[in-house]
Amino acid sequence: MKLHLRVWRQAGPEKPGKFVDYDLDGISPDMSFLEMLDTLNLKLVRQGEEAVEFEHDCREGICGSCSMMIDGNPHGPDRGTATCQLHMRRFADGATIHVEPWRAKPFPIIRDLTVDRSALDRIIAKGGFISVNTGNAPEANTTLIGRDLAEAAFEGAACIGCGACVAACKNASASLFTSAKISHLAKVPQGHPERKHRVQAMVAQMDAEGFGSCSNTGACEAACPKEIKLENIAEMNREWARSFFVRE
Amino acid sequence: MIGKLDSRIPSGPIEDKWTQCKFENKLVAPANRRKHKVLIVGTGLAGASAAASMAEQGYQVKVFTYHDSPRRAHSIAAQGGINAAKNYQNDGDSIRRLFYDTVKGGDFRAREANVYRLAELSVNIIDQCVAQGVPFAREYGGTLTNRSFGGAQVSRTFYARGQTGQQLLIGAYSALMRQVGIGAAELFTRTEMLDLIVIDGKARGIVTRNLVTGKLETHLGDAVVLATGGYGNVFYLSTNAKKSNATAAWRAYKRGALFANPCYTQIHPTCIPVSGDHQSKLTLMSESLRNDGRVWVPKKQGDKRPAAQIPVEERDYFLERIYPSFGNLAPRDIASRAAKRMCDEGRGVGPSGQSVYLDFTDAINRLGAETVAARYDNLFAMYEKITDENPYKVPMRIYPAVHYVMGGLWVDYHLMSNVPGLFVLGEANFSDHGANRLGASALMQGLADGYFVAPYTVGNYIASEKQPVIRDDHEIVRSTLAGVKAANDKLKSIGGKTPAETFHKRLGKIMWDKCGMARTDAGLKQAATEIAALKKDFWNDLLLPGDSSTLNSELEHASRLADFIELGELMCRDALERKESCGGHFREEAQTAEGEAKRDDANFCHVAAWEYQGDGKPALRHQEELKFENVKLAERNYK
Ligand SMILES: Cc1cc2nc3c(=O)[nH]c(=O)nc-3n(C[C@H](O)[C@H](O)[C@H](O)COP(=O)(O)OP(=O)(O)OC[C@H]3O[C@@H](n4cnc5c(N)ncnc54)[C@H](O)[C@@H]3O)c2cc1C
Ligand code: FES
Repeated sequence: MKLHLRVWRQAGPEKPGKFVDYDLDGISPDMSFLEMLDTLNLKLVRQGEEAVEFEHDCREGICGSCSMMIDGNPHGPDRGTATCQLHMRRFADGATIHVEPWRAKPFPIIRDLTVDRSALDRIIAKGGFISVNTGNAPEANTTLIGRDLAEAAFEGAACIGCGACVAACKNASASLFTSAKISHLAKVPQGHPERKHRVQAMVAQMDAEGFGSCSNTGACEAACPKEIKLENIAEMNREWARSFFVRE
Repeated sequence: MIGKLDSRIPSGPIEDKWTQCKFENKLVAPANRRKHKVLIVGTGLAGASAAASMAEQGYQVKVFTYHDSPRRAHSIAAQGGINAAKNYQNDGDSIRRLFYDTVKGGDFRAREANVYRLAELSVNIIDQCVAQGVPFAREYGGTLTNRSFGGAQVSRTFYARGQTGQQLLIGAYSALMRQVGIGAAELFTRTEMLDLIVIDGKARGIVTRNLVTGKLETHLGDAVVLATGGYGNVFYLSTNAKKSNATAAWRAYKRGALFANPCYTQIHPTCIPVSGDHQSKLTLMSESLRNDGRVWVPKKQGDKRPAAQIPVEERDYFLERIYPSFGNLAPRDIASRAAKRMCDEGRGVGPSGQSVYLDFTDAINRLGAETVAARYDNLFAMYEKITDENPYKVPMRIYPAVHYVMGGLWVDYHLMSNVPGLFVLGEANFSDHGANRLGASALMQGLADGYFVAPYTVGNYIASEKQPVIRDDHEIVRSTLAGVKAANDKLKSIGGKTPAETFHKRLGKIMWDKCGMARTDAGLKQAATEIAALKKDFWNDLLLPGDSSTLNSELEHASRLADFIELGELMCRDALERKESCGGHFREEAQTAEGEAKRDDANFCHVAAWEYQGDGKPALRHQEELKFENVKLAERNYK
């Protein structure tokens, strides 16, 4: 395959950025999108130019590292697919492809396609856990959880923290990310003692980081490589409302 | 040169050793713990669990990862599950049985006492993870459910769909972030450890590079804990995450820590076969698939018919045939070699003839597509994305690939290396899996090490040592920092024409061909010559664009590759010296009439631990003899 790429290059957070055009030939349709970028980088390095910096690691859609806008879509055109799982057979021979970093104020650009997503970790640090020290745990089967409930908790827990939801949102809201964790921990009985504090602290941190508010357009759900549902946001809102009426 | 290796195994019966060890350990009073600083490198299962637990105990914890977040560690990708001797299935499991299976699975090359402790702690891990909210799979009645894994005849593997590693890591990550949030642990992301600071023979600190600004820094403390994962990427193609590397362990080795059994590599039987030169990594299809999938090849050589057109009587379900009592759940090393033998006989399938079928047709007919989907859908989807083939319709094609390393830094029963104050956890150490790891046991080991072993043994070390205060201006701190700077500058100054990637592929090919699934005396000697030539070319012709004061993945890659090249040399040397076959280490000269691994207990019932002797000098081989007092040394039989 032949491709024409337009890739966002930016040398640093304070440096100006721009699209740079690259032509690539000999791309196999069996390559993943990242392997296509590897090919570009090898070519650039051979010419003594700097490689395009992009995040990646597992290349199996689970670590949440890869993160790029492909023709305006976070992780590209396929639903439920992270960039690393996207294959070139999805593109037409001769296609022009735009590649950009996540664009959101709370995700400052570090270099090229790499952004700083540590704001998401700080949201988790405020309440995305169950406060149980090592050694404190009761025998596992004393906590019974129905199969459906366990499966439903898993749905939220499956979030890979890539930030595609934020990148997809016109308000740069982190509601889908935050709500997935809140809903996971609200579903299992172990999470109940801290429900009130958790939702309040995590939502406050989300605001403090400068993420926007949710306007229910659902772009986040469409972009999520793990197909995390919008219902989580409704659940977060219920948890939030509830938190003002209960004592823990 | 170091003295005799002391594994510090507590005396007494095996069941009591760990209790005895904890009792004999010195304690640090809670109010004194905050005066002690522990540096933990790595935030995978082992590192995150250790960092969270030690911060909870009240130590000052500094934790480092080269990733942008602790949650990205390679542990996240583990699919199948985690073992524990809960006996929830009432199928005769026990701590003793898990211990026995692991010792046998490791082909009698692991230390009994460590393995027993691992089995003992396995039950606490599940309790801890459930308490954290890890959504393990459950029965309708609400209790936890299990599946079977290779090398066991009981069902003891706990799982969360095909994403067990993710769920366990998120549990440990959450516990860690809770400590970070309250200021009990300090987190350094995008920070790579590049050297170990050893003062008066003890590990006292590390040198790091900030990957965004390029700034080199030193961090000092009372103890250093490495939980930096495995080195499977020495083969270039492996199922490991792309950035997994050996640098932390290797640089500790060069500061005097012994490297144990470097040649013990696990080749996993069920991976998606290589499709072309562009391939950047290999993808595992979880071993759990072998619960329901049947492995076969055509009986006839070169049979090119599509799978569906080959009648049952013309198929060879070779694992079921050769290993009737374990069938498709034969351990990994055995299953991988059997697949290789089939392909070597010309009965492999697929365009290259380098793969075998993993077929779900019978399971779909028996259980229905829905039940099969509930068990494996995410794996099937992943397979289809990569290969463009639907495994509900055509059998999967699989081939063995490098997956895990049993070798690693040598540690004693306390998980401390021979360098006092340097502890090594998780895949980075050599401790528990002998020459072959059983499925679902790495997650168990990482979490046992991090949650339940290191917090006690590091505490004991701190309580036992009176450490002088060291400052940044200490001569050795400064010289170690200067050494790292010089090493980076040296890479930058080569100014050659060949990118790191090209050298890495070349190294991978040498390792796979000559130090992979089958090894020979001549091949290993040849590999040593080829790696020496590669090393020379690397240092003469590396092309490294960009600057070292910004994010520069080429520099990161080159610096890690320099270590991989040296490690590759040591692996070949270790494989050459171990003139027996055991577990994942298969020397063609040492096999039974049926082509199975043939151990040589008279000469090799020991751990080989290598000591660095300086650049260009051959490493020195030490031995730790292994004693089997609780499991009888026997031929490993899965027939
Ligand atoms: C695809 C796949 C599936 C698997 N499935 C299973 C399974 O089902 N069951 C099972 O038991 N095992 C499984 N394993 C094996 C298991 O996942 C690993 O052995 C285990 O997770 C390793 O954990 P760890 O904590 O030791 O290291 P890792 O998770 O590899 O973490 C290493 C950490 O160290 C950091 N690090 C490394 N070097 C440095 C440095 N120089 N400076 C700073 N930080 C550094 C990294 O950033 C990372 O945080 C699987 C492995 C693979 C590849
Ligand atoms: S590289 Fe891990 S999710 Fe894409």
